[in-house]
Amino acid sequence: MTDPMPPAPDSTVAAPPRLELRGITKRYPGVLANEGIDLRVAPGEIHALLGENGAGKSTLVKIIYGVVKADAGEMLWQGAPLGSHTPAQARHLGIGMVFQHFNLFDTLTVAENIALCIEGGGDLKALAGRIAEVSGRYGLPIDPLRHVHGLSVGERQRVEIVRCLLQDPKLLIMDEPTSVLTPLEVEKLFETLRRLAGEGCSILYISHKLDEIRALCQSATVLRGGRVSADCDPREETPKSLAEMMIGRELPVCRHREPPEDGAERLALDGLSLAAEDPFGTDLRDIRLTVRAGEIVGIAGVAGNGQNALLAALSGERRAPPGQVRLGGRPAGHLGPRARRARGLAFVPEERLGRGAVPGMTLADNALLTGYQKGMVRHGLVRFERTRAYAQEVVDAFKVVCGGIGAEARSLSGGNLQKFILGREILLEPALLILAYPTWGVDVGAAAQIRQAVIDLRDRGAGILVVSEELEELFEISDRIAVIGKGRLSPAKRTRDTGVEEVGRWMAGMFAPALDEGPKHVA
Amino acid sequence: MWLRLEPRAQASRRLRTAAPLIALALTLASGTVLFGALGQNPILALHTFFIRPIDSLYGLSELAIKAAPLALCAVGLAIGFRGNVWNIGAEGQLTMGAICGGGLALAFYGAEGPWLLPLMVLAGGLGGMAWGAIPALLKTRFNANEILTSLMLSYVAIQLLGYLVHGPWRDPEGYNFPETRLFGEQALLPVLLEDTRLHAGVVLALIAVGLGWLLLSRSFAGFQIKVVGQAPAAAAYAGFSRGRVVWLSFLIGGGLAGIAGLGEVAGPMGQLNPTVSPGYGFAAIICAFLGRLHPFGVLLASLLLALLFLGGESLQMHLNLPLAITGVFQGLLLFFVLACDVFVRYRVRFGRAAVGLAP
Ligand SMILES: Nc1ncnc2c1ncn2[C@@H]1O[C@H](COP(=O)(O)OP(=O)(O)OP(=O)(O)O)[C@@H](O)[C@H]1O
Ligand SMILES: [Mg+2]
Repeated sequence: MTDPMPPAPDSTVAAPPRLELRGITKRYPGVLANEGIDLRVAPGEIHALLGENGAGKSTLVKIIYGVVKADAGEMLWQGAPLGSHTPAQARHLGIGMVFQHFNLFDTLTVAENIALCIEGGGDLKALAGRIAEVSGRYGLPIDPLRHVHGLSVGERQRVEIVRCLLQDPKLLIMDEPTSVLTPLEVEKLFETLRRLAGEGCSILYISHKLDEIRALCQSATVLRGGRVSADCDPREETPKSLAEMMIGRELPVCRHREPPEDGAERLALDGLSLAAEDPFGTDLRDIRLTVRAGEIVGIAGVAGNGQNALLAALSGERRAPPGQVRLGGRPAGHLGPRARRARGLAFVPEERLGRGAVPGMTLADNALLTGYQKGMVRHGLVRFERTRAYAQEVVDAFKVVCGGIGAEARSLSGGNLQKFILGREILLEPALLILAYPTWGVDVGAAAQIRQAVIDLRDRGAGILVVSEELEELFEISDRIAVIGKGRLSPAKRTRDTGVEEVGRWMAGMFAPALDEGPKHVA
Repeated sequence: MWLRLEPRAQASRRLRTAAPLIALALTLASGTVLFGALGQNPILALHTFFIRPIDSLYGLSELAIKAAPLALCAVGLAIGFRGNVWNIGAEGQLTMGAICGGGLALAFYGAEGPWLLPLMVLAGGLGGMAWGAIPALLKTRFNANEILTSLMLSYVAIQLLGYLVHGPWRDPEGYNFPETRLFGEQALLPVLLEDTRLHAGVVLALIAVGLGWLLLSRSFAGFQIKVVGQAPAAAAYAGFSRGRVVWLSFLIGGGLAGIAGLGEVAGPMGQLNPTVSPGYGFAAIICAFLGRLHPFGVLLASLLLALLFLGGESLQMHLNLPLAITGVFQGLLLFFVLACDVFVRYRVRFGRAAVGLAP
């Protein structure tokens, strides 16, 4: 299990590995992100990179791709040492990468975005054709002519993946590519990846979803605190043993209590209808839902079924007729985000870098971003000692790994930033908390911790609404579950009165729109 | 593709701070070449340009007088630029401030009292604000590009001033010169230092720098401006209104520019004439960038740009060179600042993407 070398496939014993790393070390101010990392990836091998949030996975693959320079260590490409290289040179060698945080220009179309980083991508028409062809062949449908700003996060990820596939990579690096893909899309992607591997392309695969890793990868390197803590064959491990290798201790289990029968109404959607802003988006039609104090309501659904519009209408970034959204029993559809927050709303958006946090600002400043109604401002001046104290509180309570509260948000690892944003919203002690994809990109240990924090908040009397694609997670924490499909919402059912099959059926579009609400009406 | 720009992995903070100094050095070097090409002794010319204007107390006071309107305008612009609000029309807002404040002085000519000057400052600020409000309204209402509207309004304001001093406001005893009568004693900013023209406008500029710093670095409004500028989606999420930032930027920028204009007419000029400003409003854009959009940096940059104005005059006086030299140096400086900024964030590569195999 802790074999220093991954088992090399027989056919490649003589051939040099596609990629070999020796003693890669990278220090950031305050953290040693990578320390003496050795790694080999054979041709055609699907190799997993595992580790907690902040273990240094993204840093390592960024070094491979040439975005970040290592402080020490050696990198060999097909046996030949590689000097310092740029991403353009890496692409030229045949290294493709899907970043954890996307690199797309909102105002350009899919084809234009892809043309920007492909050599000879000048002819947009021909390129659009190739995009359509490749995306069709690999089961990742995207329309090359759509503008990126109208795409859901899942669709953006498809664009990134297709962008790599267009370049016929020899090594494909995927940094959490499936975080927001639907189960069906994940299955398709895996077929694609297996096919690519069969054609000899090596794949370096980062994910926190241990089932996926066990289904897909032949070998795995586990990082902990920037160092290699184990090498193993994930097919011979259980999710539990993998998780323990990652976090170095046993997985915590969620505690769950029965919700009170009749809490006060915290959120009510009363026939909410909203046209999508983007011509390709999904309109919301006659959405009815109630969230009461002390309960967690989950909304399941495949991405692109109106979640974006629903979340914007809930946060106040888009306005609706006053009566269609009620907060604390009073009409609030016409209110903006600030006024809704004043009524006790807190909100965790799906896009964490750029929406949930300002990338170039410190954690302390990012605490102010939504904490400004908690006494952090006096006479129009910011009370910095308070913003710093609050940021520190979040970092401590949610075990955010970072170089201190003076670190810029963009320097945090994906999962740690998610923990920070979530912690910031939870510690505001909201009356109503709305979460979009709460554990996206968060490691198993932290995910359990986040779920527990959400449940604890519920037990303190908050109403909570969770929008997610992960059924398992929704079933674990929700008291009631509804399904969104084609812009309509199903009735919310008690979690214990329904099951994955029924919800799955609903997700496929077979439900009658919600007519009544509240736990007491539902059979 | 023979030359390519490639983003650097990490833009270095030290390089970012050093960029203005490097730009200044490059400007001096080009200046040396330029003077040589004009057949001047470069050392003498540079001395006349940069040292001679400020080798006396009087010279230093003149520097402060010129730096004051620059700093006033540039602090306002920097606040807007931080929020991605591109007010290019400080020149027009300055001119409107001069018209409104100066108009008040003319209206109460002969009936003035100690109350007049504060009112003039107020009128100047309001005039600039009003002029800034137009692009703000067009931007928030119709999403009209504020760069174009604010720039074009500058020319409107300058034409309006020309009309007034050539027509209705012309000095009746002024031998038909296009200028107004000289303001009364009570309508002039007090002189702070004997035997110089150093006036109270300089104090206003320093106050503006201080308040600008307070706004940007300490206040919640400044925080909102920065969030809107850096991450519009995060601003929308947090409930910070982009429209409010546009309004705030234009009102502050316009108000400060208006006060700068008033400071000119109630200070060194003492009257209105067709050229209230030698282009302070435009030069302030350079100050804002050169000063890294930070009020203290802006103050230093304003002193430098003021020196360019003085140096141009000095060259004209002593070496008979055209006044346009000032513009040339301003252009060089802005060019080098922007170029340095590019190199801070990118590196240049030659040839196509090569395969980076080490020997
Ligand atoms: N640009 C940076 N500046 C400072 N610190 C950084 C920077 N980038 C990463 N770090 C730090 O390096 C460590 C490793 O980060 P990395 O992004 O590699 O983690 P990760 O394993 O990908 O985590 P996750 O699963 O959350 O994505 C973290 O502690 C992070 O805060
Ligand atoms: Mg990562």
